[in-house]
Amino acid sequence: MSSIRCRQLCKTFKQGDEIITGLDHIDLDIDEGEFVCLSGPSGSGKTTLLNAIGGLDTPDSGEIHMGNIRVDQLERGPLADMRLRHIGFVFQAYNLIPVLTAQENVEFVMEVQGLAAAERAQKARAILEEVGLEGMEDRRPAQLSGGQQQRVAVARAIVSHPDLVLADEPTANLDSVSAGHLMGLFQELNQHHRITFVISTHDKRVMRYAKRLIKMQDGKIIGDEAQES
Amino acid sequence: MAWRNLWRHWRRTWLTVGAMIFSNGLLIFAMSLQFGSYDMMIDNSLQAYSGHLQLQHPRYLDDPKMRYAIDDIAATAARLRRELGLASISPRAAGFALASSEERSYGLQIIGVDPAHEPLVSTLPGLVKQGRYLEPGAAGEIIIGAALARNLKVKPGDELTFIGSGFDDSFAAGVVRVVGIFESGIADLDRALAQVDLAYFQEVFAMQGRGHSLTVRAQHIDDVETLQARIAALLGSNESILLRHWDELQPGLRQAIQADMASNSFMYIVLIVLVAFSVLNTQLMSVLERTREFGTMMALGLQPGRLSRLVMLETALMTALGLVLGIFVGLIINLYLSRVGFSYPGMDEVALKFNLPERIYPAISMASMTLGPTAVAVGSLLATLYPALRLYLLTPIEAMRAV
Repeated sequence: MSSIRCRQLCKTFKQGDEIITGLDHIDLDIDEGEFVCLSGPSGSGKTTLLNAIGGLDTPDSGEIHMGNIRVDQLERGPLADMRLRHIGFVFQAYNLIPVLTAQENVEFVMEVQGLAAAERAQKARAILEEVGLEGMEDRRPAQLSGGQQQRVAVARAIVSHPDLVLADEPTANLDSVSAGHLMGLFQELNQHHRITFVISTHDKRVMRYAKRLIKMQDGKIIGDEAQES
Repeated sequence: MAWRNLWRHWRRTWLTVGAMIFSNGLLIFAMSLQFGSYDMMIDNSLQAYSGHLQLQHPRYLDDPKMRYAIDDIAATAARLRRELGLASISPRAAGFALASSEERSYGLQIIGVDPAHEPLVSTLPGLVKQGRYLEPGAAGEIIIGAALARNLKVKPGDELTFIGSGFDDSFAAGVVRVVGIFESGIADLDRALAQVDLAYFQEVFAMQGRGHSLTVRAQHIDDVETLQARIAALLGSNESILLRHWDELQPGLRQAIQADMASNSFMYIVLIVLVAFSVLNTQLMSVLERTREFGTMMALGLQPGRLSRLVMLETALMTALGLVLGIFVGLIINLYLSRVGFSYPGMDEVALKFNLPERIYPAISMASMTLGPTAVAVGSLLATLYPALRLYLLTPIEAMRAV
């Protein structure tokens, strides 16, 4: 399910009278279980590519395949269902739901998936403990620091063991110890559960964990190399 | 989640719920009072003269001629009283005549009534302001309306002569003494109605025991339909007598009520629309400020339809709160007013003039308690359709980029 194939992917944005190229004829194959980092300067197209793969944004042209599914041609309903069942997202700005506690935020996806309350609660508490937020389950996002919120967002993305995790700058607000711990967790999930990770980052510490590093600039892939983690 | 979302901005939520409570309470109060005033209006009009039901010759209502009469009317009335176990049934006979005093002559309608039973079906006997009401079996006595007495320039004790046409087209003439003058507050009655004893009427107008109507008054307006069914069952297939409902006897009354309801409905609709706009404002603001959050939910896989339902549920919860508290407030006001009544400055003067009660009592019914709040609830839910539709059409990426 989680092998990704992009063909001639293009996306442009209009900013006033100016046309900005987000993705410029991207061809990319990511196999199931890969641990990929997208790197490049701001505006290079990393987030746009993540959004297109995750079905959050539709490309102007080109194809996106996830397993046998043609993502770019899915209707809104099936697309939402695909995100719910197969993809975990970590957003750059955390995007936690302010009225829910840390635990409820983590439970949100499982609740929409229809899991029983007891099972949800147990899984949510376990993953929060794993990301170092034990004892903070009942705090609302406003009562957590930026780094803690980021960890809740990560916990929410991985708690239901999706096939694919798309993470946009997941360590942006973490200190090096927390970042290392988080990347270790990603690595473990990747190795033991064969979850595919595609991470957009500027952070050299994160890049070190990647088995494959894709460099982007001006909406194009300018480098794609395997590396020892 | 919907419940918690409501209390993020508790002042705004309470303002909206407060508008609902106020409008629900006001609608319940106004409708109950309105229905109460209709009951009063109906009772007052029907009790004055026509009663709740009348038995007549089938053609008498449309063509009130002397010859369309019921035979042996006093005996029929007695039989019905006995079989229904209801005393408030009174026979009447009616004729037109020219009445003359020493100075003037006026046309009038003379009604032959049973003085023993007439006070049970009509308030007119109690409205005699000068002199007294008729005594049973007293021939040659008449009571007349106040306006007619002024026009004829007569007072209790004065004599009147009248001349009309009898059942057999013979002359019907008599000399009567005015024993009482009534003031009903109803211009038509006060200006042109007179009552004499039924037996005297039957003798003068050659009715031979006949009469034109049996007037029936139910214990309460709500009992009329049941009583109507019982009388209809007793009449069976008797084609010479037709039972008339007050709707037929006084069609103008129902029309007046319907016209009043229509004009009041406009005011109610304005109130409901105002509340609906308040809800629209609240929910639209609420949706706009949470657009990023909704984008996140959609990104995580929540179906757009479920998001719309979330907003609808928030409104439904607010509406439920407004409904329960509004009905509670409306009920408290109504219960209080049903004890002490409702009045406004100057109402006692109007009441005195038109022989109305000095206070209106609200009619607490399922309709008055639920119609208004239901309309507010439906209006509020309809007002949320637009914000819900906006949400449904959002895409995750657009929503998450929203400021």
